[in-house]
Amino acid sequence: MLEIIWKRFRRNPLSLTGCIVVLVLVSIALLAPFIAPYDPTAINVHDVLSPPCKAHLFGTDELGRDLFSRIIWGSRVSLKVGFVAVGIAILTGTLVGALAGFYGGATDAVLMRFVDIMLAFPTFFLILAVIAILEPNIFTIMVVIGITGWMDVARLVRAEFLTIKQRDFISAARATGMSDARLILRHILPNALSPVFVAATFGIAGAILIESGLSFLGLGVQPPEPSWGNILTAGKDNIEVAWWLSLFPGIAILITVLSYNLVGEGLRDAIDPRLWEAESGK
Amino acid sequence: MLSYIAKRLFLMIPLLFGITLITFTVIHLAPGDPVEVQTEMSLKSSAQARDNLKKLYGLDKPLHVQYLDWITRFVKLDFGTSFVDGRKVSNKILERIPITLIINLLSLLLIFLIAIPIGVFSAAKQYSLFDKLSTVFVFIGFSTPTFWLALLLMILFGVTLGMLPISGVQSIDVSEMGPLQRGWDWIRHLILPVGISAFGGIAGLSRYSRSSMLEVIRQDYIRTAKAKGLTEPRIMYRHALRNALMPVVTILGLSVPGLIGGGVIFETIFAIPGMGQLFYSSAMSRDYPTIMGILVIGAVLTLAGNLIADISYALVDPRIRVKE
Repeated sequence: MLEIIWKRFRRNPLSLTGCIVVLVLVSIALLAPFIAPYDPTAINVHDVLSPPCKAHLFGTDELGRDLFSRIIWGSRVSLKVGFVAVGIAILTGTLVGALAGFYGGATDAVLMRFVDIMLAFPTFFLILAVIAILEPNIFTIMVVIGITGWMDVARLVRAEFLTIKQRDFISAARATGMSDARLILRHILPNALSPVFVAATFGIAGAILIESGLSFLGLGVQPPEPSWGNILTAGKDNIEVAWWLSLFPGIAILITVLSYNLVGEGLRDAIDPRLWEAESGK
Repeated sequence: MLSYIAKRLFLMIPLLFGITLITFTVIHLAPGDPVEVQTEMSLKSSAQARDNLKKLYGLDKPLHVQYLDWITRFVKLDFGTSFVDGRKVSNKILERIPITLIINLLSLLLIFLIAIPIGVFSAAKQYSLFDKLSTVFVFIGFSTPTFWLALLLMILFGVTLGMLPISGVQSIDVSEMGPLQRGWDWIRHLILPVGISAFGGIAGLSRYSRSSMLEVIRQDYIRTAKAKGLTEPRIMYRHALRNALMPVVTILGLSVPGLIGGGVIFETIFAIPGMGQLFYSSAMSRDYPTIMGILVIGAVLTLAGNLIADISYALVDPRIRVKE
């Protein structure tokens, strides 16, 4: 199964490129201390707002800090927020979706109405309200993005559970007197996970975008710790004199988010069984 | 049809109740209250003064009583008074709604005018150069942080070229202008905000109308139309297009929360005095009544958007009504 998916995924050059870029970005984040030429928080009053040059590839900011190094360190924030927030969203969404889909009836009705209520809030308002009230830091952001982003996963998992639980092998497993927990975890869940992986990949892209927006508003990662969003705040403050502060962090966000989206698109095509049949028929 | 609408309206009541309950709980269980924010500034404020403030805002009562108080007033459309300036929350929100509404409606219009032709053409000519280019555009559109795009365009048009204003909705010398000039000044201020808030939506909707169109083209009745010998444009733009656009109308309703919520960042960037900016400043000053008012209004507008989407879908597609 995994082999087939990989074989199909490999055939899409854009998704493959996205996959490679993601791996490179993850390596950059992990190896940040070794790659970054300068300390990302080292202030240098003699080299304030220097445009890109040999010594400072991307220029320096209003405190003379090296932008290239700050962007490299900033990739750690994006990576952490992306994976942890989506992890929380996937766990919550899978739990709610599995319970609703498996038990149906009143459980389903209550849980799904809760999903409807959560979906009615403009997500960004809800996130903003909670973060402004709590202490804004990377931990709060990850949790809040996670607990406001699980609803789509819950709907996906529920739909999968509804179809899978009616299949013959589940009736057979039930007939052996298996417990509900084992039935859900061992037999239904593994078959319901592929759309969840696709949603997770797109979710990481979305979480990175939200984090950069929040940090830009001053509600995310706090300076001096660098994040792509809070570097852009400096870009806005120096908009008339230092274009590089606005340009480079944005390109970093664009490339990262684009790569995850391309991987997601490739995964979706690769695991869609309808497309498999269409091809074997050729 | 009427019974369908009535049923949908009835289903909204528990949702509304849940929305107010969640809003209230989230805001009130959070540590730190507005009294602390107000008093931490002055060293002189005694415990006595703090208690007085709490009593004034009703914060000394148990939570469920506060909620009941608030919901009773909420039903009468009274959201209380702001902690910050003592003005009525409903007035504060009302005066911010028009500009946000205008920008959102204009950008929705722009989204539909641009995205649907892009989607339809790329479906009609699948795998053509145009299709590939528009797919690239869609992916870049999905992945671009809009506030960054706003910054770049501000640099380009505002700073480098000096063609467009980058802040507010009117110039400082607006009072000296004639009515025509004033209108032009207003339009110039809105070009960037409207264009940028439409950007992400254009990517999304063109992708959506493309896949909707592709699905319709594969239907039997399109093959029948081809077999009858109808011309390609007639098949595409008379038979396929109408059916393909049906699901697109629902997107209109579903895009409401994104438009309202997304306004926070670009209203802050462009200093536009709309709902988003009000929400941001209220969140920063822990102005509970205003935060709750906007959250609930935002959610109600979302529900209304969903309802309109469902009703318009049921209007154009009778199968929905019958099934329900």
